[in-house]
Amino acid sequence: MTLIATESLTKRYANGVLALSEFTVQVQPGVVGLVGANGAGKSTLIKILLGLVEPTAGSVRVLGLDPRTEAEKIRARVGYMPEHDSLPPDLAAAEFVTHMARMSGLPKVAARERASEALRHVGLYEERFRQIGGYSTGMKQRVKLAQALVHDPDLLLLDEPTNGLDPAGRDAMLGLIHRIGSEFGISLVVCSHLLGEVERICDSLVAIDGGRLLRADSVATMTTVSDVLAVEVSEGQPELAAALRAQGLPVREESHLILVPLTGDGTYDQIIGEVARLDLPLHRLDLRRHRIAELFATAAPTGQEAADV
Amino acid sequence: MSESGVIHDIGYQRYSGPRLGRGYAVRSLYAHSLRTAFGLGRSGKSKIFPWFAAGIALLVAVIVTAVRAQMGKPVLSYTSYADAISILVVLFCAVIGPELVSRDLRSGVLPLYFSRPLTRADYALAKLAATVSAAWLLLAMPLTIMFLGGAFGAGGAKEIWTEVGRYAAGLGYAALFALLFGAISTLVGSLASRRAVAAAIIAGFFLMATAVSGVVSGIAFATDSTALQHTFGLLSPATLLQGVHAWAFAEQPGDLETIPVGGLGPVYGLVFAGVVALCTLLLLARYRKVAR
Repeated sequence: MTLIATESLTKRYANGVLALSEFTVQVQPGVVGLVGANGAGKSTLIKILLGLVEPTAGSVRVLGLDPRTEAEKIRARVGYMPEHDSLPPDLAAAEFVTHMARMSGLPKVAARERASEALRHVGLYEERFRQIGGYSTGMKQRVKLAQALVHDPDLLLLDEPTNGLDPAGRDAMLGLIHRIGSEFGISLVVCSHLLGEVERICDSLVAIDGGRLLRADSVATMTTVSDVLAVEVSEGQPELAAALRAQGLPVREESHLILVPLTGDGTYDQIIGEVARLDLPLHRLDLRRHRIAELFATAAPTGQEAADV
Repeated sequence: MSESGVIHDIGYQRYSGPRLGRGYAVRSLYAHSLRTAFGLGRSGKSKIFPWFAAGIALLVAVIVTAVRAQMGKPVLSYTSYADAISILVVLFCAVIGPELVSRDLRSGVLPLYFSRPLTRADYALAKLAATVSAAWLLLAMPLTIMFLGGAFGAGGAKEIWTEVGRYAAGLGYAALFALLFGAISTLVGSLASRRAVAAAIIAGFFLMATAVSGVVSGIAFATDSTALQHTFGLLSPATLLQGVHAWAFAEQPGDLETIPVGGLGPVYGLVFAGVVALCTLLLLARYRKVAR
């Protein structure tokens, strides 16, 4: 079953802002990264999927349902974790998540049980009777995830789930998201402006810019194409570049760096080999994490075409 | 467990039990909000005000009932009871209305509600119903004490029936009170995200309106203008309710003097219904926009 399918989806707000334009994409179940800069249209897309915002034109289906006519059914089967603070400080986490489970239609007893379960899965079991106001940012993010997970949705929509987290909290959150996708059997759409973050946990990526679909592909195809090794030598840069070209590598030079597309583990050996042969002082050899900007700069403008993930 | 602690994993269980849908969610929200209004299931601090207000209302009822038992006749009727403690109802609504709606606005929790089966209108109406019910309960509890006292002192079945009728009228009038003050305070609460500001606006509005209608009534009686005497009550919520009281409710022993309405009773009824309907519509409009 297709998880999400949109066809020429367009949203123009009353103030004239074009948030989505001719957006066509098909997303299969799994962990999907929705990447784009701030204001690219990610949140608008999420709100359309939830039936909270009416699209101006085009069609959209979530879990095979139309948000315009079956929003209630969709919202019963989808969990949503918003980007911003959305927790009452004066309630205990267990109580709040229980209340939210009931808002999703779970009977009283089941709501309490599943709230405890959800808080256990996000790692807040022992603290669940403490007031949310006293929680750290990382713990609050987990409560937000727990309330989205509590009614056992078929699809989770997470808007910038690592916002405001320190590196350790970030890793824990990403690990948790990955586990939800791989072990819980729940599909996720993870919105982020950090490509490096989502590519670690996602099966497929949808890149969006200025309301247009930039690219939609599986992570495997996307990253192998754009991974680049950056080589820095203190001297002899032209010689090394020439030598690598002679090896048949499509080398690019960027001021004091030589950029070599990574095609496999052999690429490292080739570079090290050439550096050793020329006896050059190697300063740096690292995998350049492509940033979202680069992906946008190099991606083919596929905005008008249908894309399959 | 700390921030960097381990995330436990002892297997995820899918949920295959019943999902009760939108109607159940709305009822749960209503019940939860009504409990919140009286601080139930919350910290001791949030119980202080509602139960202080309820305590005063009950105390008045106990005194009135005791005096009635001593004197053998009612000193305050069921319907006039609400008029007598109207300022307490105003204060109660000014605190409870914003408590139920402003808090959610401020903490940004609304997107979590709206991404669930219930709609924006469902949310607004459930909150309104909870505020109105809480205000009604504030009046209904003391009225019940007064009724029990009255029924025990009654001479026979016929008298008890009369008492039941008057008690029912009192509950009905209390409902009108709760509707008007509940609707206004929920609306104001939904517009201000700070509870204290909303409460101050509501209390200030009632005081101002009472002052204005008081001044106009002074002018009306000083100038002997019957038209003005019959209409000044429309200017403030408390006197508007008194007007409806004078027009729609039968006289009871122990009635306080209400404002004169002459033949304008239906106008008071219409204005009352209009204000409640307007507040409800504005509330719904507010929630169509908020937290997009």
